[in-house]
Amino acid sequence: MSEKCMIKVEVCCGTTCFLLGARELLALADDPPAAWQGRVDVIATPCMDACNGNRFSGSPYVRINGTLLSGATRDLVEQRVNAIMAKPQPERSAEQ
Amino acid sequence: MINGVIRMRRELMIRLLRSYLAGTIDDDIDKIPCQLRPRDMASTRCCPYKDRAIIKYRLMALLGAAWEDEQDESRPLRDYLRDALAAHARPARPLTVCGTGCSGCEDGKYQVTDACRACFARPCTYNCPAQAISFRSQRAHIDQDACKNCGKCMELCPFHAITRAVVPCEEACPVGAIRKNAAGVAEIDFAACIFCGKCFAACPFAAILERSELLNIVDDLQRGRKLVALVAPSAAGQFPGSIGQLFAAMAAADFSDVIEVAIGAEMTTAHEAAEYRERMAAGARLLTTSCCPAYVEAAKKHALAIVPFISNTPSPMLYAAQIAREKHPEAAIVFIGPCIAKRHEATLHPGVIDWIMSFEELGALLAAKGIDVMSQPEWPMPRPAAASARHFARSCGVTEAVLKELAANTHDHDVEAKAEAVAVQGRVIDGITTKSVKQLQLYGLGKLPGNFLEVMACPGGCNNGPCSLSC
Repeated sequence: MSEKCMIKVEVCCGTTCFLLGARELLALADDPPAAWQGRVDVIATPCMDACNGNRFSGSPYVRINGTLLSGATRDLVEQRVNAIMAKPQPERSAEQ
Repeated sequence: MINGVIRMRRELMIRLLRSYLAGTIDDDIDKIPCQLRPRDMASTRCCPYKDRAIIKYRLMALLGAAWEDEQDESRPLRDYLRDALAAHARPARPLTVCGTGCSGCEDGKYQVTDACRACFARPCTYNCPAQAISFRSQRAHIDQDACKNCGKCMELCPFHAITRAVVPCEEACPVGAIRKNAAGVAEIDFAACIFCGKCFAACPFAAILERSELLNIVDDLQRGRKLVALVAPSAAGQFPGSIGQLFAAMAAADFSDVIEVAIGAEMTTAHEAAEYRERMAAGARLLTTSCCPAYVEAAKKHALAIVPFISNTPSPMLYAAQIAREKHPEAAIVFIGPCIAKRHEATLHPGVIDWIMSFEELGALLAAKGIDVMSQPEWPMPRPAAASARHFARSCGVTEAVLKELAANTHDHDVEAKAEAVAVQGRVIDGITTKSVKQLQLYGLGKLPGNFLEVMACPGGCNNGPCSLSC
């Protein structure tokens, strides 16, 4: 698998996100679905500053390949990542 | 593990503190229930108005007030806020049951679910001692008036189709201190309560609430009062980042100093080991730990036989407070941990600990102040506590530390002392349950073996306390 096929999941571990559910999302790094092996990189990041103002109700925030996701749950993150994985990979098509 | 109850609790804390720090709390506080449950939003209970009423009671508990003490239902939160900020002492009872939020869960009835296949064997019918089970419309039916609640049907059903409805708070309480009153609302009998917080953690309707001191702490910080934080050993792993970064975050939140309670745990270890030697030399057959306040309360209220064997050594919190008081005589002392029973322990020692704060509340304070733990530099700790003292937060940690201390202070030539240390028969009660309360009594009566008993009310130790972030 080329590096370009990696999906990057950044879990915001700012204090608000951590309190409101990011801690549980980090389990995706320790215990990812089998199909993610080698294809999905789940990392904890410092505060993304997405919860400023009254947006803290949207915590926890997760960024998947650069796209911000609010109200993230394990199910929601899995759905989004699986949808990306199901799409044909442009890099692969070029190789073929 | 996060759930709706925990999320709402933490969100309310953050919202309240942000509003306080912005200086708009007087205007905002009575609007919070409507902001969180607008009328067009799907309600969790029967209607948004009940949701709002319960949010109001949750905010009251965050202000230290109790549902049971409410005299005037129309009293605005602004007035409770004023009372909270004027308070100089913590509430005598750390918990309150919000009757409005209590669902009055049905008592342990056995019920047949859709999984019933109306099988040919029908072991439920054949073995029911009360003959309370009949079949109607291809499904078992339990006559609740006849049922003796023996549970045989549930045990024998091959499809696991029979379940027992539980009352989560009553099921969780190890000492039977919470029961529904005549109105069908849960009520805590504080004469029996050991403040373990198991009911608080178990109630899925969030009807059991902790009476917080959070606003007093934040108000002191805002007014520039010197506050010293004593951080329980279980802080490790509660927040992202290292323990040094957490301490730096607390300094950024304006705590004047941060002291590891594990330093106090070192003193508890040394004194408890010495007490063990003395008591054994005097012919005692047992010494039990004393650092878990819920255990001490359980012994005093439900297992009197073990009380004489409880160590007289002060807890790590009390030793750490002593250190803090010597270092900062003019400061207010705030203990920060995962435990509800510590609120009670602090009440028993007036003037030692000024305020108690849970890890959740600390998290809410950091969140409200926009302090990111992971982005903090390492706090320059003057002297990190010994690893064995930091391990007090997990079950067996105290025993390991005491054993190590006994071994370290036993010289080869001191044959008698060495024999004492070797003869330690450590036993651990990992989590107080109905069964372990009975065991405590048996230990006290000398009917169970062991001469050093460690008791932790929370399974796994303080790391899994009711107000920890990991639960």
